[in-house]
Amino acid sequence: MSQEESGLKFSEEAERQFQDIISRYPIFPANKIDPKTGEEEKKDQRLAALLPALLLAQGEFGYVSIEVMDYIAQRLNLEPAKVYSTATFYTMYNKQPVGKCHVQVCTTLSCALRGGYELMEYLEDKFGIRVGETSADGKWTLSEVECLASCGTAPMFQATFSDGEIEYYEDLDMSQPQKVEAVLAQINRRLEGLRTPKEMHDA
Amino acid sequence: MEEKFLSRNFEIEKAYNLDIFEEHGGYSTLSKAFSMDTDTIISEMKKSNLRGRGGAGFPTGVKWSFMPRDSDKEKYLVINADEGEPGTFKDRYIMELDPHRLIEGCVITAYTLGLRTGYIFVRGELQHAIRRLERAIKQAYEKGHLGKNIHGKGFDFDLYVHSSAGAYICGEETGLIEGLEGKPGQPRMKPPFPAIVGVFGHPTLVNNVETIASVPFIIERGGDFWASLGIEKNGGPKLFGLSGMIKKPGVYEAPCGITVRELLERFGGGMLDGSDLKAFIPGGSSCAILKPDALDAQMGIETMREAGSSMGTGCVTFIDHTTCMVRLATRLAHFYHHESCGQCTPCREGTGWAYKVINSIEAGRGRPEELELLLDICDSIQGNTICAHGDSLAIPVRSYIKTFTEEFEDHIKHQRCPFKPWRTGKSKSKVSSAA
Ligand SMILES: Cc1cc2nc3c(=O)[nH]c(=O)nc-3n(C[C@H](O)[C@H](O)[C@H](O)COP(=O)(O)O)c2cc1C
Repeated sequence: MSQEESGLKFSEEAERQFQDIISRYPIFPANKIDPKTGEEEKKDQRLAALLPALLLAQGEFGYVSIEVMDYIAQRLNLEPAKVYSTATFYTMYNKQPVGKCHVQVCTTLSCALRGGYELMEYLEDKFGIRVGETSADGKWTLSEVECLASCGTAPMFQATFSDGEIEYYEDLDMSQPQKVEAVLAQINRRLEGLRTPKEMHDA
Repeated sequence: MEEKFLSRNFEIEKAYNLDIFEEHGGYSTLSKAFSMDTDTIISEMKKSNLRGRGGAGFPTGVKWSFMPRDSDKEKYLVINADEGEPGTFKDRYIMELDPHRLIEGCVITAYTLGLRTGYIFVRGELQHAIRRLERAIKQAYEKGHLGKNIHGKGFDFDLYVHSSAGAYICGEETGLIEGLEGKPGQPRMKPPFPAIVGVFGHPTLVNNVETIASVPFIIERGGDFWASLGIEKNGGPKLFGLSGMIKKPGVYEAPCGITVRELLERFGGGMLDGSDLKAFIPGGSSCAILKPDALDAQMGIETMREAGSSMGTGCVTFIDHTTCMVRLATRLAHFYHHESCGQCTPCREGTGWAYKVINSIEAGRGRPEELELLLDICDSIQGNTICAHGDSLAIPVRSYIKTFTEEFEDHIKHQRCPFKPWRTGKSKSKVSSAA
């Protein structure tokens, strides 16, 4: 494993969380003596920390670029390819920057029945973009998403903020658009203090 | 009103805090469990007729007895909190409203089977649940319900939350183990079963959130009592999540054996005004669809099988007369294609073909021979893959075609969908910078 020292570095708070994540996974004896030190080698399970570590990195650096994956590989002592293969399998890692707020509307089953598509179209008009796009001001990205375990409170959307925080906004019955409006106003206030993922990444 | 168990604390304000949880009797079953012989606990679990609540319905006590007793390897507990089956939203309630119940169940389970470490594998989107669990775990450590020498019994147990990152297939228990190990969630061949070779190559018990949250009650009241609350082979109450075109969607607790009609009428408030029940899915999107004539079927593993479907997760979706069955099948096929891990050819390719064919029927381009083709695709997927993900498309798609054949044929004959579209295209937004 020969990676260059990365230009990225976790903040103090993120580093604390990173250490906490690593401490959750075991270290087993490798049943092998290290020829150099004469001590028993340990086989750690740092790969196990990868999923949470990548989420942490996304909240810290905005999105999971190659550079971010390499940094995590270096920090967890993993081959970069292992990190790439995992990072590309899971949908919550953004390999490209999204907006400050990633709005994901569920349209799978109960949400489709109860107006998920109507909600999506309302938000398209509101943000002035189509599903799959990011608004020109970098504020919103709108996506369609599969079932989020919120079927009893359909329709709904999930908002992922650039700092990694996720909120569900549920029961957004489209016969009362004022409810959606209230939720958007709330989100707007929260966005004031946030940078776009791209700004976070390039900082 | 029946006595409540799993949902007992849902209405109690801030029951997710340790002091409130304890005020209402929480963690009191630990001392009882610690005074019991572990063989007795397993036999109570068997007597309870508790069936796994993750969808497959395997008897929990039997699964526990498969865990090796004398293993020099450390053994693990893994809680399946990946809740992603469309239509399913019950485990979330336990984690968000009563997280200590799950922790209490974990401690008893670990004590019984000699497990020293546990992971709650939560789907990453459920961040609210993760926050509540993390806080509850911290409180439980502070109070000595977790950690070293629990309750002075010389028993150590560590419990952690492991956040996943968006992959439905990680709900499958071996896909989950891969995800816990930091890899893509591609399910493993069984055998060996997780009880022998699980996470990090060690013996592992995988159980669903609701399954383990039931354990404290079984310890408190006994296996026979739990069994007496349900029907034959299906013990206890469980959580039923009701959604779709009904008046009062939500999560409700009721005994196993309750009929779908009772769930709909007593808890769900009936169909919405102006909505007639056309069909229902008893336990998540991987179950066969049923018509209203099956409303009197009882919620149990065997009884639902006899009715032509399965109980699955027990979360029922009610569908009304305005819904196009071809479109619903298209939407679900899209889901299973999107979530296929890509490992087995029949699933990777078959789910995609199935989606394309149904979609073309829905779009008014279907040909008469395509219904046979679809059934053929389902046959070539089912039973030919490592895990049951492919079956989860084949079973419902086949049932939609067989139950609503005329509707499919109509789409093909008239080359159009007669129902109001979901996506109206009313949005006026123009293309701007793409993500
Ligand atoms: C494709 C697929 C997805 C699954 N998703 C879940 C899930 O989200 N939650 C769950 O508890 N079980 C899920 N299961 C079932 C698990 O494989 C396993 O049976 C369960 O975790 C065992 O726990 P139990 O016996 O307590 O139900 C899924 C199975 C398959 C085939």
